[in-house]
Amino acid sequence: MTTTVDEVLPYDEALAAFDPVMGLEVHVELGTNTKMFCGCATTFGAEPNTQVCPVCLGLPGALPVVNAMGVESAIRIGLALNCEIATWCRFARKNYFYPDMPKNFQTSQYDEPIAFNGYLDVEVPGEHGEEPWTYRVEIERAHMEEDTGKSLHVGGSTGRIHGAEYSLVDYNRAGIPLIEIVTKPLTGAGERAPQVARAYVAALRDLLKALDVSDVKMEQGSMRCDVNLSLRPKAGEPTSPEQAAVPLGTRSETKNVNSLRSVERAVRFEICRHAAVLSNGGSIVQETRHFHEDTGATTSGRIKSDADDYRYFPEPDLVPVAPSREWVEELRATLPENPAEHRRRLQTEWGYSDLEMRDVLNAGALDLIERTVAAGASAQSARKWWLGEPSRRANTEALELVAYADQVGLTPAYVAELQSMVDAKRLNDKMARQVLEGVLDGEGAPTAVADARGLELVQDDGALEAAVAKVIEGNPDVADKIRDGKVQAAGALIGQVMKEMKGQADAGKARELILSTLGEG
Amino acid sequence: MTNTTTDLTRATAAQLADLLAAGQVSSVEVTQAHLDRTTAVDEQVHAYLHVAGQSALAEAAEIDRRRAAGEPLHRLAGVPIAVKDVMTTVGMPTTCGSKMLEGWIPPYDATVVAQIKAAGLPILGKVNMDEFAMGSSTEHSAYGPTRNPWDLERIPGGSGGGSSAVVASFQAPLATGTDTGGSIRQPAAVTGSVGTKPTYGGVSRYGLVALASSLDQAGPCARTVLDTALLHEVMGGHDPRDSTSIDAPVPAVVEAAQRADIKGMKIGIVKELTGEGYQAGVSARFEESLQLLVDAGAEIVEVSCPNFRYALAAYYLILPSEASSNLAKFDAMRYGLRVPPTGIDHPSAEQVMAASRDAGFGDEVKRRIILGTYALSSGYYDAYYGTAQKVRRLIANDFDRAFETADVLVSPTAPTTAFRLGEQLDDPMAMYLNDVATIPANLAGVPGMSLPSGLADEDGLPTGLQILAPAMQDQSLYSVGAALEAALTDRWGGPLLDRAPDLTAKGA
Repeated sequence: MTTTVDEVLPYDEALAAFDPVMGLEVHVELGTNTKMFCGCATTFGAEPNTQVCPVCLGLPGALPVVNAMGVESAIRIGLALNCEIATWCRFARKNYFYPDMPKNFQTSQYDEPIAFNGYLDVEVPGEHGEEPWTYRVEIERAHMEEDTGKSLHVGGSTGRIHGAEYSLVDYNRAGIPLIEIVTKPLTGAGERAPQVARAYVAALRDLLKALDVSDVKMEQGSMRCDVNLSLRPKAGEPTSPEQAAVPLGTRSETKNVNSLRSVERAVRFEICRHAAVLSNGGSIVQETRHFHEDTGATTSGRIKSDADDYRYFPEPDLVPVAPSREWVEELRATLPENPAEHRRRLQTEWGYSDLEMRDVLNAGALDLIERTVAAGASAQSARKWWLGEPSRRANTEALELVAYADQVGLTPAYVAELQSMVDAKRLNDKMARQVLEGVLDGEGAPTAVADARGLELVQDDGALEAAVAKVIEGNPDVADKIRDGKVQAAGALIGQVMKEMKGQADAGKARELILSTLGEG
Repeated sequence: MTNTTTDLTRATAAQLADLLAAGQVSSVEVTQAHLDRTTAVDEQVHAYLHVAGQSALAEAAEIDRRRAAGEPLHRLAGVPIAVKDVMTTVGMPTTCGSKMLEGWIPPYDATVVAQIKAAGLPILGKVNMDEFAMGSSTEHSAYGPTRNPWDLERIPGGSGGGSSAVVASFQAPLATGTDTGGSIRQPAAVTGSVGTKPTYGGVSRYGLVALASSLDQAGPCARTVLDTALLHEVMGGHDPRDSTSIDAPVPAVVEAAQRADIKGMKIGIVKELTGEGYQAGVSARFEESLQLLVDAGAEIVEVSCPNFRYALAAYYLILPSEASSNLAKFDAMRYGLRVPPTGIDHPSAEQVMAASRDAGFGDEVKRRIILGTYALSSGYYDAYYGTAQKVRRLIANDFDRAFETADVLVSPTAPTTAFRLGEQLDDPMAMYLNDVATIPANLAGVPGMSLPSGLADEDGLPTGLQILAPAMQDQSLYSVGAALEAALTDRWGGPLLDRAPDLTAKGA
């Protein structure tokens, strides 16, 4: 199979002529212990077809039962997205044939979603000197459905079904609860559309994490994004009424874009591709497309037309879901703080500058710092430690800081312990860095590393006094200068004292002692 | 002295239960007697698709052992039963009368089957049915038709013709059935037996291979009203694995069948379900039965259910729609028949699905899948499925209004006695009309029963009377049914089925 390479227009030229409109569909696998309609486990990575039963295998006669936790999670997500919650809604069958779908229909929701009409305010970071920007993403709906099984195509070169010798199907994923969150058409983002898309998916990820409803691991597919994009002729500023009056163009749907960076790149690529087609007088084919991480390009998938007919009808095997208003209000009252507000509050509490806060967020250290502060460290010290050696090493290994810390066993409690040793003057700064390196090298808890490496400030004043006396004696010239009031000269002596003490002395204490001995204390 | 084997197969389930409890017979003897009867007559009747003699006898022996050990047992423990082949059974094939599932042995028991096993009823085997329960004659079974014990050239009703024939030919005292538009009641009517479709949600659907989920309901088949009640009680009750199952105790059906008290009860005749279109002998027996009910102390009132005339049309949109989706799972990917397409070297999954479904499904199944797929299509949904659902609501309203003036409603169960094999096979509409009186109950979810009302003068074949009650008032069916049965049996001088031909004489 040969893949045709699509022509693209440079981004600036595309944006000069066209106004992009996006629609984002995000599928989130809920972190419930059991599947949406049966009692099977949902553990990721289990042996194929070991987490299955008559219900999720679609065996003749089996019937679904709704997972109450799935409904609760859906309502909480809806509330966090400022949605209205249905007083009564049904599941529907979406009928189509595919080998990884056991019943050949997906139990989903159609015209009666559990949550609808919401929004999420998204902070789009300023780049290239732009001001940060808050963009309101209007949410069309959030509905409940079940995941399909997973096909593995064997024998072809591409891993896709085309050219494969045979396919294997793993039904462990079949029936895992999904929430599909669909935005309204997102207009007015203009040239910042790719960043808006990325910022929205990032904000949604943070929100879902805060709700503790999913592990939102895009790389494992527990959060997947479909990017719908269309262009329309430019008629004015992106947010102007003239522009809003222009009808929407034909869209393409890029499926399963599985990282924040890819979301941004997919939007950008599709803008450039659409623009090239439209500029050449062509028209956009309504189709699904695949995004390729390696090239950053999309390629044509299946032609999708309005003739696609899923023959939806209300699922007769399930009774309607009718959450009581009391329950909904109970859930609303226990929602966690919105992540954006949470960040603003922490910044104020911690006294971080905007720049410091940005570095912390970019490093993915917010949660780690919050937990370190909770373990007793000061906000500044927690920031200093996490953004230091651990961040450098995480970068080198191309890992998220959280993942790196997990891997080497560096916990917020350890960082707090390290800082408390500094505060108690058991370690000086340099020694503390060595202890941290020991922890990162897997030598254990900070106290254990300090003990093992023999790193501890000498608390014995006699030893320090002896060292000071020895250094003064060996440097009469310097001592004289200090006696004459040139206090800054003490630095040279402190260095020698520290050397004498093999670094295991409190430099401040050494300075005090030198000055008092020489009558300047 | 008469042959013991014959006696045991002629006994009702209630009588067998008493004999077993009194230690006068063993379950092994009872079970063996029925297996012997099957060996003698089923070559002619063809009620069974699978006879499970060995496991039935093993279950019987286990019950006998437990009884001897003094363990507390269910009243029906040791009384054998036949199971409709639409219910999943561990260790026994479940084909639904289709080539599509030939040889499939389910890894799990339907809830109903589990309840039957828990009560200690040995399962004799799986009985025939129209393919995926689509039909009124069992002629649509991929494994050949079942024949009516009253006349082997005639149909035993359908889809549960195996269930009706197996009890009417004394091969089992009890059988399970399922009723989507009359598949328990119409077969009961044309074979002189009794069958009940409980309130929708009264019996678990878990493990019933679905035809139309919103209409399907499993229920009991037997030769007497009391036996039907006893089995109803075993099958009924809440099942957390079926979301549409009613979370309430089973109505007191056995007590109602034993009391048979209908004094002061108002019995409604549905104007739209009598008169034109009914065979003369069917109407005559129906009228006589009404008089007997009056004699037993009931009051007859006439009610009108004007929307019943749309029931058949609505039913034949809702059923195919749901069926087209329910039957989509038969795709040759995980179980059942797999047929490679001819002339294609490396067929795709889709091509294998298409070839397998083409080979595995019979014409009636394909007809309904096509109808349903069409009715659910975008652009047609509102006109067909949507409208049918509205009609369904109107029919339920008709029932509500009728039950304001009557405690139960009655009608002939089927418009005619058993027709000849092949007679309606090429005329689907004629076949569908058999269910005109039974369908409204499925659309509204209310319970219904059919019991014998006699033999039609013109052909000497059984006629049936249907009783319908408000939802969750299943016990009313049994009060009326038992009272009428007592009066009729009295008039006949014995059970109607005593007049059925002696199959062993004919077959010898």
